[in-house]
Amino acid sequence: MSLLAQTDLTEFATPDIAWSLLAPFVVMAVGGILLITITSVVPVLRGRGFPAGFTILTAAVSAWFCRSIWNGFAENGSQSIVADALAIDRMTIVVWAIIAMAVFLVAALFDGYLRRENFDGPEWYVLMLMSASGAMLMAAAQDLILIFLGLEILSIAVYVLAGLHLRRLTSQEAAFKYFILGAVASALFLYGIALVYGATGSTNINVIAGARAANDIGLNPVEDSSMVLAGMALMMIGFAFKVSAVPFHMWTPDVYQGSPTPVVAFMASAVKVAGFAGLVRVFWDGLGYYAPDWRPLISVLAIASLVLGSFMALAQSNVKRMLAYSSITHAGFILVAVHSLAGGSEGGLDSAEGVVNSVAGGEAFLFYLLAYSLLVIGSFGVLTMIGGRDDRGHNLDDLRGLARSRPVLAGLMAVLLFAQAGVPFTSGFTAKFRVILAAANSGSYVLAGIAMLAAVVAAVLYLRVVVSMFMVDAPAVAHAMTATVDDSEADAETEAAEDEADVVDPDRWARIPRPAMFAVFLAVFGTLVLGIFPWGENALREAAVEIAFLRQAG
Amino acid sequence: MLDLAWLIPAFPLLGFVLLILFGRRLGEPAAGWLATLAAAGSFVFTVIAFIGLLGEGTEERFHIIKLFTWLDVGSFQADAGLLIDPLSITMCLFITGVGSLIHLYSVGYMHGDPNFSKFFIYLNLFIFSMLLLVLGDNLLLTFLGWEGVGACSYLLISFWFSDESNASAGKKAFVTNRVGDFGFMLATFLVFVNLGSINYDDIVTRSGEMSANTATLVVMLFLLAAAGKSAQLPLFVWLPDAMAGPTPVSALIHAATMVTSGVFLLTRLNPLLAEAETWSTGLVAWLGAGTALFAATAAVAQNDIKRVLAYSTVSQLGYLFLAVGVGAYVAAIFHMVTHAFFKALLFLGSGSVIHGLHDEQDMRRMGGLQKLMPVTAFTFIIGWLAIAGVPPFAGFWSKDEILLYAWNYDEAQGKILWAIGLVTALLTAFYMTRQVILTFFGRTRFFDATAAEIDQGWENRVAAARAEADQAREAEQAAEAAMGKASADIAKKQEAVVKAEEKLGASDPADDKHDRLVKAMQKAEAAVVKAEEKASSLVAGVDTAVQQAKEAAGRVLALENQAQSAPRPAVVVTARTEAVELGEIADHMPASYVHRQEYHPHESPPTMTVPLLVLAALATVGGGLNLPFTKDLHFLEHWLEPSLFGHEAEVTSSAGTKWLLAVIAVTVALLAILSAFAVYLRGRRDPATIERPVLANAWYVDQSYADFFGGPGRVFFDMLAWFDRNVIDGAVRAVAQGSTWLGQGMRAMQPGFVRSYALSIGLGSVLVVVWFLGRLFV
Repeated sequence: MSLLAQTDLTEFATPDIAWSLLAPFVVMAVGGILLITITSVVPVLRGRGFPAGFTILTAAVSAWFCRSIWNGFAENGSQSIVADALAIDRMTIVVWAIIAMAVFLVAALFDGYLRRENFDGPEWYVLMLMSASGAMLMAAAQDLILIFLGLEILSIAVYVLAGLHLRRLTSQEAAFKYFILGAVASALFLYGIALVYGATGSTNINVIAGARAANDIGLNPVEDSSMVLAGMALMMIGFAFKVSAVPFHMWTPDVYQGSPTPVVAFMASAVKVAGFAGLVRVFWDGLGYYAPDWRPLISVLAIASLVLGSFMALAQSNVKRMLAYSSITHAGFILVAVHSLAGGSEGGLDSAEGVVNSVAGGEAFLFYLLAYSLLVIGSFGVLTMIGGRDDRGHNLDDLRGLARSRPVLAGLMAVLLFAQAGVPFTSGFTAKFRVILAAANSGSYVLAGIAMLAAVVAAVLYLRVVVSMFMVDAPAVAHAMTATVDDSEADAETEAAEDEADVVDPDRWARIPRPAMFAVFLAVFGTLVLGIFPWGENALREAAVEIAFLRQAG
Repeated sequence: MLDLAWLIPAFPLLGFVLLILFGRRLGEPAAGWLATLAAAGSFVFTVIAFIGLLGEGTEERFHIIKLFTWLDVGSFQADAGLLIDPLSITMCLFITGVGSLIHLYSVGYMHGDPNFSKFFIYLNLFIFSMLLLVLGDNLLLTFLGWEGVGACSYLLISFWFSDESNASAGKKAFVTNRVGDFGFMLATFLVFVNLGSINYDDIVTRSGEMSANTATLVVMLFLLAAAGKSAQLPLFVWLPDAMAGPTPVSALIHAATMVTSGVFLLTRLNPLLAEAETWSTGLVAWLGAGTALFAATAAVAQNDIKRVLAYSTVSQLGYLFLAVGVGAYVAAIFHMVTHAFFKALLFLGSGSVIHGLHDEQDMRRMGGLQKLMPVTAFTFIIGWLAIAGVPPFAGFWSKDEILLYAWNYDEAQGKILWAIGLVTALLTAFYMTRQVILTFFGRTRFFDATAAEIDQGWENRVAAARAEADQAREAEQAAEAAMGKASADIAKKQEAVVKAEEKLGASDPADDKHDRLVKAMQKAEAAVVKAEEKASSLVAGVDTAVQQAKEAAGRVLALENQAQSAPRPAVVVTARTEAVELGEIADHMPASYVHRQEYHPHESPPTMTVPLLVLAALATVGGGLNLPFTKDLHFLEHWLEPSLFGHEAEVTSSAGTKWLLAVIAVTVALLAILSAFAVYLRGRRDPATIERPVLANAWYVDQSYADFFGGPGRVFFDMLAWFDRNVIDGAVRAVAQGSTWLGQGMRAMQPGFVRSYALSIGLGSVLVVVWFLGRLFV
């Protein structure tokens, strides 16, 4: 019946197979350690170019291994390795690939950013590689302990990254808040693990999934529903915090606004993706039996995130903060997909329709993760470039006239924003369309309706940014009352005069680092390709089919 | 070979992208050549696909090439695919063929335009959209192309947007087409609801599943869409105004492409038309016939060279609708193709004339150009013969085909439709002859003074006379002043005489002073005589000056009167109309007139004349596509068979009837041509009795729209606007304001303190835990 159940404990002992299947993760972790070692031993390489190149190469190699593992699936199927602790299945590889892609693109953003902000040293890259390896561990782990381990490796590195802009107080503040609140969430999560362990006698997800089944036929005296439910509650909180679902989102705006912009690009993509992968792994693979219990809660979190995220975003004048709230809305969308994925269990995975809906939900889930990661890295990438020295120029007003002075950059940003707003022929449209259609097909019309409305409200805020970039003469949305420079006169001297009093670099848009531009260009390219062609369609569907059937397998 | 069909739309798309990226850098003329190459490449691959289709059996010529699945979620699937069949390839052949020629022509025509490369960006995008429209394998793709050409036509018509009237003409086209698009969208939804698919493949094979009523409704809605795009009554109003755009645009939009898309759509959906109630296809035919006649009458009285052609296009499109309505799809496509040839030719010819005459579009100011622009005149005359239905030119064959099918349609209705078609043919021959005569024959009126220039000349003349009069009055005043001075002098001198007399009387004659006094006295008297002489010599001068001033004032009055009654250029002209005699004002003409005298109307460059020659050749031999003589010569009919699914009407008339109809049509056309010659070349009849204002204003349809929408409609729209502003916008604003307030309010929940965040997480956690534990009791 299942691929996983067939896995014999003696088989994984063959180290060859295990290592080759672990390669993307190992490359990432070892890459980080190697980088810090090399740069400590050979100080010459501490300069700016080498760490970036090394990181990009590491990510590329990791992605390449992901590809070769994927190609092996057709022959070998998915496997559990290292004493059943890690699942190398299609979802794992898709998520790993997304993480590797995020590292690749963000490393390109780091380079120009660090030059501009005058930081050197490889620690930014090292921390990102460590964090990425934690994220990969979390995505693949089949054991609650390992998931926690991955979560902490991931989180601690990101806490430090958030505070690495030493000259900015807000950066320190962001790191501090993130750390305090993250620690609380981690503690709750750990407690949840303990409760589930207490109830089922194991931390292994397959065993947990089997425990209930065994209990049903009177074989397992350990299982205790109240403890499982309490454990689920606490773990849910931990994941909700990581993916910043309302009401566990409070840290997000402050942290996104305060952290160095390229770090935000990483946080919003890789960290969230890993969080969602862990959520699905634990709740769907392990606790899928309890879907009727947790599924309604997912819908509540989704609705709260959709509504609050989009409305709060409207009230912001800082673009980073606005995108922080918009990422909360995106999280709401992804939760809707998770809700549809779990919907199969209510209609019964036995019914053909239930399976189709569940697969559609899984497909929407993976597609959204992929599309969203590209969008968010691209958007924060553009913000990185136009932020100016000290990473401050992120108010809506600072973007005014960007289309005139930097038409290409403004054009790319416009595509990314249109995509986030869900304009057809971009991945954003396809992603939202899939999510909403999957929700509607599985009968969650209210959820689908709210998702649609949220998409409409959110469209306004993206357009606001586009307007301020393209309409030089439009009155500044946020600071119309305080604007002193008359646009018509200032056109010629905007760049020179306007900002002299301000902290922002006079020609803040003058220097566009090529690697960062390349990264943003790739993100936009991916966004358009995903929106027009069904690139990777079959791959995602295979993965979704596997996810939909996983619970049955357990 | 059909695997390469995707390259057909890919070429113009590539051209479009390249021009966007590098257009400005390429500049003139490289950008134009690149765009032309893109269109030509597309044409080459169309020909390849055409040959590929020819190599197949009749039954097999219906291919769907799936490019990719755009969306595939649950039961809904949207594909991007190409439908390659004889119909779509026929359309592609003339879209890309004629389109390439228009590109080539534009390289010459747009020479020197500051937005040269932008023009070609739009042209390539237009071709791409049009190809998408005809090649798409489902209604959605067609609609995408449909909207694409709409957007491009808006951009192209208002290309010279700095002129207000161009911009508003673009808007008019766009808005009018919106009305039709509404029909398209509704019809698409209806089809989807009824068949569960919007693929043409499903529509043509499963149209029988629709009830006759549904099919009728769908056809009516598509007819609305087609009427908008193809400028039929009552939505034709945008087309004459669209003449504001650069001439290649007119040719592209009118002749080859956009306006034919409505006819294409109805032809493509012929199985649906077959399902619909018969009255609905009858309506298509009547609408077409009505439009054809209506527009032909309007074309008779137009003076703008392009507006004549615009109304002519509307009229010819009416023929196409008539053909579709009576089930003569082959005839419709046949006439569409030949019309593409000769109308593109005529439009490009008129563009060449306009180009040669320094942007002059008024036919009253042309004439005699066949000597100055021989190539243009030669090709234009071929276009004229083709559209007028003179055998053996292309238009004769295709028009005759339509008339034959109309005759054959239905007992009574068919005869009336045929009669309307015949009258339209007569009018067509008439107004086209008028256009050719006014443009190419007779005297060259280009150098003639315009009414405005003559007004200006008279104004200048009167002003000059006024200046003269003023001068004369000044001279008169000066003379009178001199006269006064002389009189004063005399009086002074006479006083001196009186004084001298007194002194003389008082003195002693014996005194030796006496002599001296006598002498002085004589001297004084002599001075008086001299002064009097001087004064009398002035008198004549004063009289002349007075006389002259009076004359000058009189002349001013006379000139003013003369200016009022002086001859102005005729409003209605024929080839015989003489230029206004300038006479008085010859030396007082404004600069525009003087400069024009030094301008030499010239033939256009080869980039413009080569397309003209190619199109002229096509307009001559195009009839060969579907010759009526024997079944073997019905090439087009055999070719299109796989696209029509046996819905083509049958002709039952005998060969004798066919010959008779053809002879009548030719006779009528020749009569019309002869009478036009009589009126406009020989001046046998005052053309003003023909060119009535009601015709010039196209029966005031457009005017009455404007009046309605500006008058009673206005009140209604104001009400709507009020409702929109206060109720709908109010609601929207309320939502926006509410959202903002809500956001602001929520913001208060985000004060930035970690403790309040922890509180939120804590409360959330409690809720989550309570929920899960609550599940225990469920």
